[in-house]
Amino acid sequence: MSDATNTGATAREVIEQIDRARIELPELDRKYFCDEAPKVVEPYRGIVEKFLNWARSESLWILGFGTGCGAIELRPLMTARYDMYRYGIQPRPTPRQSSVFIIGGYASVKTMKRIVRSYEQMQNPKFVMGLGSCTVNGGMYWDSYNTVNRLDHYIPVDVYVAGCMPRPESLLAGFMQLKLRIREGRAEGANEYARNFDWYKANQKQIIKDWNMPDYNW
Amino acid sequence: MEPTLIARIGFAALTLFIMFNYGIILTASMARIRARVQGRIGIRMWQPYIDIIKNNAKRTTISHGLMFYLGPVFRLAGGIGTLMFVPVIYDSVVFGNFSFAGDALLVMYFIFFGQLGMALGAGDGGHPYSAIGVSRGLAQMTAFEVPFALAVIALGAQHGTLSITELVAVQQGGILSWNLFANPFATFAAIIAFLGMSMHNPFSVVIAPQEIPIGPPTEYQGAYMGMLQTNRAIFNAAKLVLYVNLFFGGATGFIALIVKTFVLYFVNVFVGVSFPRFRTEQSIRFFLGIPALLGLIGVLIAAL
Repeated sequence: MSDATNTGATAREVIEQIDRARIELPELDRKYFCDEAPKVVEPYRGIVEKFLNWARSESLWILGFGTGCGAIELRPLMTARYDMYRYGIQPRPTPRQSSVFIIGGYASVKTMKRIVRSYEQMQNPKFVMGLGSCTVNGGMYWDSYNTVNRLDHYIPVDVYVAGCMPRPESLLAGFMQLKLRIREGRAEGANEYARNFDWYKANQKQIIKDWNMPDYNW
Repeated sequence: MEPTLIARIGFAALTLFIMFNYGIILTASMARIRARVQGRIGIRMWQPYIDIIKNNAKRTTISHGLMFYLGPVFRLAGGIGTLMFVPVIYDSVVFGNFSFAGDALLVMYFIFFGQLGMALGAGDGGHPYSAIGVSRGLAQMTAFEVPFALAVIALGAQHGTLSITELVAVQQGGILSWNLFANPFATFAAIIAFLGMSMHNPFSVVIAPQEIPIGPPTEYQGAYMGMLQTNRAIFNAAKLVLYVNLFFGGATGFIALIVKTFVLYFVNVFVGVSFPRFRTEQSIRFFLGIPALLGLIGVLIAAL
């Protein structure tokens, strides 16, 4: 960056330079990252998959992405009034162990990068819940200059909980809907992402201008 | 009649199966009790089973190298090792396990071994939070090992043996011959060390949920996580059985075992819901203070 500034390049040129530069990871760091595309893992058939889907639906570990205002409605779920633990739902602090990714409201262009990284770090099968109207069509940020309008153009979404803001009860209803979807075997978002990887990547790169990470981060 | 080696292996597997299920049920019931304290209903009793199934059913897992893979394996080996060298039911052929003279030291080593293996594995994960969790865990473990080791030394000096089976044998014959009454100082030092070992509040800074995401296992997912959860149940049960054997007269039947381990684990939960979390340096200072002193008094009493 400092070299470019010294030669008198404009900010736009610097960004283009960064865009073009290939990200070379040091050998030591290679095992922590991955630039291979994700693979489709076909589900088992019959009663085995039904049983596993039941287990997946009864043990939903949440990764809350709380940058939008909707995340404030997530916290009451742990309290005595709503108590999500009795439905097998619990918060998990790391994407590696979580199975449900909750986008808490509007997704700005800046946080989109983190959303993509966190989503890719989660392991198949993984489910996404869009919380609030902003994730459906932009909501009140419809014509904003730096938020995305449709979340499912960038990562596959299983359940939307509409509202501005949806109350914790609606969130719980959303979880029940997600459970049904998983049990019916329709929540195959991770495989869908792998199948349409190029389309999702193109959409993501269209809005994230300073792309400075491997194409896929697991 | 002395059982054959094959029979003993079968008995050991049966013990492991029973103690694994008991450990899970105990964990779940304690989580429910904790939830009641907070005015919630809490998790379902079979939730840990579902979590383990789900984690093992993840379609993809990623590894960060050989040591990363071996971490949970070492942890599980530590848990099973601890259980295998502790007689679960005193004077029972089936649940006696592989107990031999001098095994208290071996068991202490196994308790340490799992944590060290996990530290190496978590370090290989490369996540900074893992490293923070590991440094906190090892520091705290070094601190609570002092009162625990002193308590075990006190028992060894008092009864002239380090074999757990013999230590249980000298405690038979009435509640007053338990080490709880024979050497109360050593027992209290060990119980306080047990609070640290279980990593509930106030000594939960190692995994510190929501602060450093989850400590050493931050990078572990899928089947690795399933293995760690399995170990948590086995290790919990093994530690409880060890404590019952060392200080509370052992168990001559399953009912005695369940009552004693439940009460002992309940101490943990009672303290856990009553006190907030210590910082690492606070917990180290705490363990090296009064508990270590209690352990020292226990050794002196035993020596006199």
